[in-house]
Amino acid sequence: MDGLTAGVTGKGLLRGRKWPYHVALILASLFIGIPVLYAAMIATQSNAEVFSFRLGPGTALAKNFNDVWVSREIGINMWNSTQQAVYVTVGKTILSLMAGLAFVYFKFRGKWIVFFFVLITLMMPTEVMILAMFRLVSALQWQDTMAALVVPFLASATGAFLFRQHFANLPTDLLEASQIDGATPLQFLTKVLIPLSWNVIGALAVIQFVYTWNMYLWPRLIIHEQASQVVQVGLQSLTNIDGGLTYGPLMLAAILASIPPTIIFILLQKPFMSGFALGQEK
Amino acid sequence: MVLLIAGIVIAALGGAIYTSWHSDRRTARRLIIGAGVAAVGATAGPALMNFCAFEPERTAIDHILAYTLMATGAWLGLIAAKSFFDRQDGKVDDDDGLGEIKAAGFRLGWWVPWVLLSPTLLILVVFLYTPAFQTFALSTKLTRLAAPRAIPVCFDQFSELLIDDPVRLVAYPFLAALFLYGSRFWARRTRPGSISHRLSEVASVLASASVFIALYAIFSPGGGGAVKYRPVYVNTVIISAGIVALGMAGGLALAYLAFRKIRGGTIYRTMLIWPYAISPAVAGILFFMLLDPTAGIIGHLLKEWFGITMPNYREHAYLAQLAIIAASAWKILGYNILFYLAGLQTVPMDQIEAAVLDGASAWQRFRHIVLAALSPITFFLLVTNLTYAFFEVFATIDYMTKGAPAGATSVSIYEIIRIGVDNGDLGRGAAQSVLLFIAVIGVTVWQFKTSGRRVSYGGG
Repeated sequence: MDGLTAGVTGKGLLRGRKWPYHVALILASLFIGIPVLYAAMIATQSNAEVFSFRLGPGTALAKNFNDVWVSREIGINMWNSTQQAVYVTVGKTILSLMAGLAFVYFKFRGKWIVFFFVLITLMMPTEVMILAMFRLVSALQWQDTMAALVVPFLASATGAFLFRQHFANLPTDLLEASQIDGATPLQFLTKVLIPLSWNVIGALAVIQFVYTWNMYLWPRLIIHEQASQVVQVGLQSLTNIDGGLTYGPLMLAAILASIPPTIIFILLQKPFMSGFALGQEK
Repeated sequence: MVLLIAGIVIAALGGAIYTSWHSDRRTARRLIIGAGVAAVGATAGPALMNFCAFEPERTAIDHILAYTLMATGAWLGLIAAKSFFDRQDGKVDDDDGLGEIKAAGFRLGWWVPWVLLSPTLLILVVFLYTPAFQTFALSTKLTRLAAPRAIPVCFDQFSELLIDDPVRLVAYPFLAALFLYGSRFWARRTRPGSISHRLSEVASVLASASVFIALYAIFSPGGGGAVKYRPVYVNTVIISAGIVALGMAGGLALAYLAFRKIRGGTIYRTMLIWPYAISPAVAGILFFMLLDPTAGIIGHLLKEWFGITMPNYREHAYLAQLAIIAASAWKILGYNILFYLAGLQTVPMDQIEAAVLDGASAWQRFRHIVLAALSPITFFLLVTNLTYAFFEVFATIDYMTKGAPAGATSVSIYEIIRIGVDNGDLGRGAAQSVLLFIAVIGVTVWQFKTSGRRVSYGGG
């Protein structure tokens, strides 16, 4: 608040003393980071060290890692989550690109009906129909399969509309030039549209990867075998080791489970941000 | 049967009146179409249920629910009819809102766009529309998860969630709606800036609150074979409101702090928004640890520094709710900061400088310029945060409290899974799903009406 009063001359909002902001921002970053920093500390401690409230790294990191990675084999769950997140992200991007192409570059009868058919699904979150979906997917005999984790989430109104909006803002000459060159729609998509859409694809990829990796309720319902389970639900089994709660392995596993989406998020931060800026345009 | 026919006739009359008000050309043909569409819309719902609510042994509550269903059906029909008429009158350009390029487009076989769209449409039909309709169908049946047998029970699984007094069931929502529309009417009839207009704004806030109070009053407090749904409603409202308020206020404050051009700004911004990648489940685990009554650091420090013994949050209703709110608000902060940072780029700097010269205080500038420029983003975040609080919170609750103590953190979605999956009572779970569905549709319709924007990044 103070910054807006500082420096009436010059650029009002942006000038003024800087150090209070550094202090405030460092404090804010710490405040945001404390739950994870604390968990990282606990991840290295044995239960005895946790209960003695030692601030600082403990001695049990190797044992905790052994519990999580070797005894409990959390790596299998993380591999399942990776597969699911990659399949959903790639599949959804391809389907959304195809839908965007159809909506923007083709005229066909009944387009507005299809459009509303897709639009209405924006107000149909999976969670409100999860019981019926559970019954349906169980009837397909898809329990404990990757198909149950991937196929229902391949279509996306959000993605289709994001590409539709992006394509509609591209210059129309692109299409005319391609048509003169005799390009097929598929060539037009791969040679012209996709190279112009990396920011949107990147933004959508981050959203979908994080969303899928973090999915919890659906896998909890449809997957029962530990070996087919995704990591978010798999963590449940660490709340009870040898008949009691050991904090270290649980915290270590929680941190391990957060590494892949965080890496994706940080790697794709640039396209993510600019893709968002584009999405904000009316 | 008389009641059913009376309902259909009223719907037809209402349809004719609606059409004559909302259509430019009041031809007899249109009035008949309007009346017919409303009558068909009103009949469709009860017909799908074999008109069960109008059988002789049914109670007044069943009739009220059936009439609500009929009114909804008629209203949907009339919306469709209106958009058809508007199209006929040329009010809506055929391509308007479709974002289609004006150039020729590809001229290939008619089937090419359908091939491109078919995977999307197929998945939407099979995994979204089908379960949606099945949810409605299941909600009127007594059926178990494992058993194929299903007994139709009409509206019983809805009426047991509501109070059993038909008069109050109608009166409370009616009064709330009257208050809501009355305050809007009042606001429209008064000049902005006048005292009367200010009062009308206060009234409209109170009216919005009265909707929540009316819902509180109509949900069953339990007893007499009814399901105790009122506590679930209260938990959902408290936890959702807490997450949205804390997450958005915190997000705005931190974004406002991190927005300035400052050395290392990008690093600070990344340090603030990374919890976006953390899952609701992990957020639950992290706060489970922090707040743990025996091993958690917060309880320890409170005791060490202030001599306060922290009560066990898993045993106190409000503390448990607060813990869920804290974990969820922390998790969603990054998302909110991200959007507010993008929104702050659109704040008009020249206006701020002019306001500084005019001697406006920092708070005045923030309120009148910054907040005003951010209102579209705030509105968008309100809806996405609400969606998060309705659904994603499930994982956090499942790790932190599992609905305890005594169901104080069992929000709507948690209760659906508890009833439908853990207890295996599919029909009752589906009935509660329909209530949540109605809430989601309500939020979305409100969003469309207020903003007309269609941007959504829910991830679904």
